[in-house]
Amino acid sequence: MNESGRKLLEVKGLTMDFGGLRAVDSVSLTVHEGEIAALIGPNGAGKTTFFNCVTGIYVPTKGDILLHPQGEQTRRLNGLKPNQVTEMGLARTFQNIRLFGGMTVLENVMIGRHCRTSSGIFRSILRGSRVREEEQQIVEDSYYWLNKVGLEKYVNEFARNLPYGAQRRLEIARAMATDPLLLLLDEPAAGMNPYETSALEVLIRRISEEEKIAILLIEHDMKLVMKISHPIYVMEYGKKIAQGSPQDVRNNPRVIEAYLGEEVEA
Amino acid sequence: MKIILRDFKKSLLISLWFMFLTFPLVVVRVNTIENVVVWRWSNLIWVAAGSFFLSYLWRYMLARRNRRRKIAEEGVETRGRLQMLLENEQLRNRVLAILLALALVFPLVFDTYQTNIMVTALIFVVLGLGLNIGVGLAGLLDLGYVAFFGLGAYCYAILNHNFDLGFWFVLPIGGMIGCLFGVILGFPILRLRGDYLAIVTLGFGMLFRVIMENWETLSSGPSGIANIDRPGLFGLEMTLAQSTTYIYYIMVALVVLTIIVTNRLKNSRIGRAWIALREDEVACVAMGIDMGRTKLSAYALGAFWAGMVGVIFAAKTTFINPASFTFMESAIILSIVVLGGMGSILGVILGAFILILLPEYLRAFAEYRMLIFGAAMVLMMIFRPQGLISGLRQVYTYKGHKTHVGVKEQPINE
Amino acid sequence: MDYFLELFFSGLTRGSIYALIALGYTMVYGIIQLINFAHGEIYMIGAFVALIVSGVCTIYGLSGFAILILAAAIAAVYAAAYGFTLERVAYRPLRGSPRLSALISAIGMSIFLQNYVLLAQTPDFLPFPRLIPDLAFIEPVAHIIGTPELVILITTLITMVVLTFLIKKTRVGKAMRATQQDLSMARLVGINVDNVISLTFIIGSVMAAIGGVLVASYIGQVSFYIGFLAGIKAFTAAVLGGIGSIPGAVLGGLIIGWSESFAAGYISSDYEDVITFVLLVVILIFRPAGILGKVHKQKV
Repeated sequence: MNESGRKLLEVKGLTMDFGGLRAVDSVSLTVHEGEIAALIGPNGAGKTTFFNCVTGIYVPTKGDILLHPQGEQTRRLNGLKPNQVTEMGLARTFQNIRLFGGMTVLENVMIGRHCRTSSGIFRSILRGSRVREEEQQIVEDSYYWLNKVGLEKYVNEFARNLPYGAQRRLEIARAMATDPLLLLLDEPAAGMNPYETSALEVLIRRISEEEKIAILLIEHDMKLVMKISHPIYVMEYGKKIAQGSPQDVRNNPRVIEAYLGEEVEA
Repeated sequence: MKIILRDFKKSLLISLWFMFLTFPLVVVRVNTIENVVVWRWSNLIWVAAGSFFLSYLWRYMLARRNRRRKIAEEGVETRGRLQMLLENEQLRNRVLAILLALALVFPLVFDTYQTNIMVTALIFVVLGLGLNIGVGLAGLLDLGYVAFFGLGAYCYAILNHNFDLGFWFVLPIGGMIGCLFGVILGFPILRLRGDYLAIVTLGFGMLFRVIMENWETLSSGPSGIANIDRPGLFGLEMTLAQSTTYIYYIMVALVVLTIIVTNRLKNSRIGRAWIALREDEVACVAMGIDMGRTKLSAYALGAFWAGMVGVIFAAKTTFINPASFTFMESAIILSIVVLGGMGSILGVILGAFILILLPEYLRAFAEYRMLIFGAAMVLMMIFRPQGLISGLRQVYTYKGHKTHVGVKEQPINE
Repeated sequence: MDYFLELFFSGLTRGSIYALIALGYTMVYGIIQLINFAHGEIYMIGAFVALIVSGVCTIYGLSGFAILILAAAIAAVYAAAYGFTLERVAYRPLRGSPRLSALISAIGMSIFLQNYVLLAQTPDFLPFPRLIPDLAFIEPVAHIIGTPELVILITTLITMVVLTFLIKKTRVGKAMRATQQDLSMARLVGINVDNVISLTFIIGSVMAAIGGVLVASYIGQVSFYIGFLAGIKAFTAAVLGGIGSIPGAVLGGLIIGWSESFAAGYISSDYEDVITFVLLVVILIFRPAGILGKVHKQKV
């Protein structure tokens, strides 16, 4: 968790209106390289909307989303389509799991490789050696990720038949297969039992350390967030109300107020 | 005992209900010209008995389906016998080889009439496989698919009549035209949600017919275009029988080509993207797949096959008019895909043979053909949404530890 | 000017019929997000039942406006029964299945019902007896608007007032609106969602049947095929106005009616069907939510 790293994702004054409703109100946030940052807040605080704006599913009303890849020009992400955002190096998972249920576990991860490979229609029909090599490489890379998240034994199962915790991990593998610079996890521990959650904690740390990528997660599980993330950003009613180290956030009176009745200590 | 009685009561009520429901339409027939009413009471008995027994079957099937679903939810894969057999690649290839051999000797054994019917069936196989790309793989419900078929047919008819262009020259052009129109029409409409897309494509299908009926200078209107040349073979003179056999072999070749191409695409990077799109659009886009381009490729490729086979259709019948390209044809092609199994190549082939050959050989059945197709579509969706043969899963093998080419190994900055 | 007025009223008449059918589409779509493809067939069955009832009556020597009302009433009952059964058989077992499945089932049902009537009755057009008497007071303006048009306009107006009352003021209407807002929430607060869905199909079917009877007596003939085109046009009307919106369906119906009538009157009747589809495509591309529809954000 090195705070002195380079800025990777910089969101400035992001605002999102739905009709008359302001779901996200000028939220700014920065993720540095190698960081595990977290965005927390009570239900309906606008966290997922924030995510959807960053990943291009919604077009934000105002604000800037900037990505600073190492050694490359800064890129403005707002207005880009979700697939372009992913190509730029942001990959995400979903709060309510969205796997391709009718495809096998391996194929799900192979989809992640789509934007990093290039075989087109004609070359796929002819299936020359280059296409076959690329296919094999896709399989190898996808296996790599399945191994990493511990799903290698399920490769040829349909994704919809996986147990719940495994589905969450498959989503992470699929996102990682897109070779992201930043991984965005939308409530990865939602619905998990304590055992699965601790396994997830290990996985997130491992990905962060071994792959040297930055992670931004939205999470409800305070324990998990306090343990692994730094910095933490707190949202309430669409606004950012606090940011800082787990220690700062835990002692911030506004955060305590926002979470009144919920457990903040960990 | 109680359950038996309850079921009996239920079925009795259902039977009464359907007697009431069908009474005016099935029993009474009014002839307002001769002022007579015909009462066909015997039909009522059929309805009563039929609905009574079908209600039992319905209940049984529904219970079975729900049971299976529960089992599947618990993570146990329920695959039928046939499915398991088909997943055996060696066996599958052998079956395909036998089928191909049978297809090749068919015209030598059977007469021209039979061969002709077979050509029609093969035409629908290609149409089914083409529509399968859009509907089965990419999940784009196209109800106007017949328009592309008609486009190809008219393309050959018009080019042949006005410019005297030959079959082999127009065959690829037909495909290209289909593809081109697929892109042009698909571009604005493919971002629509699934059900809207269905309606708009339905509209396109009908527009095609209306335009062909009214644009007299181009299409000779409702009377159609006659005397279209049959396919030539180095300028040889052919009898009707020979020419039918010739077209038959052309069709077999086209079917084989279609199978190879769709099979390769299905298990390629593009095909996976289509299937992912069908499964979940939002997740698919979030994984970096360009939705517009992926949909367009599926739609246009489907249109390509329809256009090409349209050319063959025109050459086979030597006469086309707008009445050959109605919603009914689109519906038949769709039933082929649905019945056979969406996304499944073998299923679609089987579906085409069942739906085209059965009414041909069972004349009594022919009258009820569309009625049964309609019912079959409903029943398949309820009891067997995967179709007769569901799409086979590609099983990939992992060959040892090659290096992983991730972002860290790839130099980003250059 | 008279010609314009004639077209105006003929468009209004057609449009109000499209609106009647479109209401069924819109209400069903609003609640279960399904294009009830077989809705046009319900309209056709309504017209056919009315034809059979009035045909039997005329053959047995009864005639007049009262017969039309009787025929319409029986047609409405039957349409309701068919609509109800349709939902129970073809759609309810598919709740929770992918939308594509339900849509294909709907298309299958449409094909089935069309061919059912074709086989049970006839593939030909049947003449519908003239039951609407010419009213004397309308004689001076008969070249602009005739009695049948007037009857259609008044009937649709009454039907829509009744429907609005039903939806806005009654308990059932409230339940329907709640279900449209959020089906699972409605279930949680104790609304019997299955009943509401059945009721929606019944109401939609009754309106389609009324439309069917009116058209049949106006045009004077019926065939198994009339539901298909009318269904598509009515669906277009529903989309045009904004699917799910009841005033939208009416507005959309009228727009389609007028554009067809004017296109046929001033351009050529060959292309009157084309205009609907062109409108449909243009609307869906540029404003998929329709004129009065709300833009829906997909929840992720």
